[in-house]
Amino acid sequence: MNKWYFEKGDQGDVVISTRIRLARNLDDFPFPAKLDIGGKNKVNSLIKSILFENDRKDFSYIEMKDLSRLQAVSLAERHLISPEFASKKDGSALVLSSDDSVSIMLCEEDHIRLQVMKSGLALEEAYDIADKLDSMIDGKVKYAFDERIGYLTQCPTNLGTAMRASVMLHLPALTRCGQMTRLSNTVSKLGLTIRGANGEGSQPRGDMYQISNQITLGITEETAIANLKSIVLQLVAQERAAAAEMVKNPAEEDKIFRALGVLKNARLLSTDEFMELISVVRLGAARGLIDTPLEKINELIVNMQPATISAGNSEASSPAARDAARATAVREALA
Amino acid sequence: MLCQNCGKNEATTHIKQIINGDMAESHLCSDCASHLGYSDVFSGFGLNLSELFGGFLGDMMPSISAGKTQRCEKCGSSFDEIVHSGRVGCADCYRTFYDKLLPSIQRIHGKIKHSGKVSTAAPAEPKIETTEEKIEKLKTAMNDAVAKQDFESAAKIRDEIKALEGGEAK
Repeated sequence: MNKWYFEKGDQGDVVISTRIRLARNLDDFPFPAKLDIGGKNKVNSLIKSILFENDRKDFSYIEMKDLSRLQAVSLAERHLISPEFASKKDGSALVLSSDDSVSIMLCEEDHIRLQVMKSGLALEEAYDIADKLDSMIDGKVKYAFDERIGYLTQCPTNLGTAMRASVMLHLPALTRCGQMTRLSNTVSKLGLTIRGANGEGSQPRGDMYQISNQITLGITEETAIANLKSIVLQLVAQERAAAAEMVKNPAEEDKIFRALGVLKNARLLSTDEFMELISVVRLGAARGLIDTPLEKINELIVNMQPATISAGNSEASSPAARDAARATAVREALA
Repeated sequence: MLCQNCGKNEATTHIKQIINGDMAESHLCSDCASHLGYSDVFSGFGLNLSELFGGFLGDMMPSISAGKTQRCEKCGSSFDEIVHSGRVGCADCYRTFYDKLLPSIQRIHGKIKHSGKVSTAAPAEPKIETTEEKIEKLKTAMNDAVAKQDFESAAKIRDEIKALEGGEAK
């Protein structure tokens, strides 16, 4: 089945993907940090039995302890699990849909972290899917919920709706104009946060950013999503305007074609160099200077991450071999 | 650049840490990085959210350890432990330490009243009685009082009914 992240969705020139994540806990069990392996396994098999009740063929159940480190990090690189979850072993499990659009982490920070991903900007659609799955589980278990402070979560920053909506954006032009600090300050005043796409504390690689709602208590899911959407649309408009201006400059245009030239010919490509160049090429493709389809670029960005390369190619285990394998794959894809 | 620890291999792991306001940078090769506990490419960077939240709570609640320590009956967490770890132990902790947690919750979210999806685990909404239903109930109570010859209570209830009927007429 086609993976969701190889498609180009709404506002796809700037918006890479949309993610909705709901945190849920069971009332009868202590939260994961206070739960022993036996307890975690009980929680996992209970949720598993509910999710697979109707013999769902489109879901698979993965115990984290059965994955190699590379496989686990590769899942994190594709944003299917959190980076923290990639290092979990006993007592943590993952339910994944065959197109990778639904991933449910069991016994991560909370008992259930239900995540729905879509390509492009698709907040309402993603929430709708998450909401239905959540209600299905809710009918079968007793959730930890308090009518005053909402869904109870291990970390109080998620109380209330316990919903985190985030949108991944490619903002090369705004980054080049030095606008990101100003934008992130403005956005934080609106109860949202922008950070590098690889999660908390990460440096933005390849000009990829993740913008998400910060406040979860006292604001409904619909309002939080509407706020986020309106800010994202404004950022998209600003990026387009800045990019349109930028590519008029012959020096910038030259840069785009040079980047494409290097990607098409290099024999060794490190992750950093690849991300830097593909970002420039993606800008050119998004503005119509280069006819490489954005879907292909998005696919490369996902597939060329280090653990994903090594997990799929046993010969590419050392960094040098990996850089060679990356260069070969990129040359083939862009030929 | 060579690894700052072994000085032999190329440094591939670059770590920036801010400790007490001072930024410290370290450049390590992957072997030394994993030896020194930076094996997880993703951890070790930036801030740990739990610690941050713990700091948050700690600021708010200086020395609360006086007297007997109250513990959550279900998971055994004390409020101190929650403050220290930044993690709440279980759903019952929120009930046990609700009043103590509330100021921090307000500081994080600005609000303390949930709005949005409601779980089926929530108790059913308390039914709001209409005035008519209240009067009906009171009349039954008044008749019961009369039957027990408790005229004092009956008179009180009669006055309540009158007040309600008066309010309704207005």
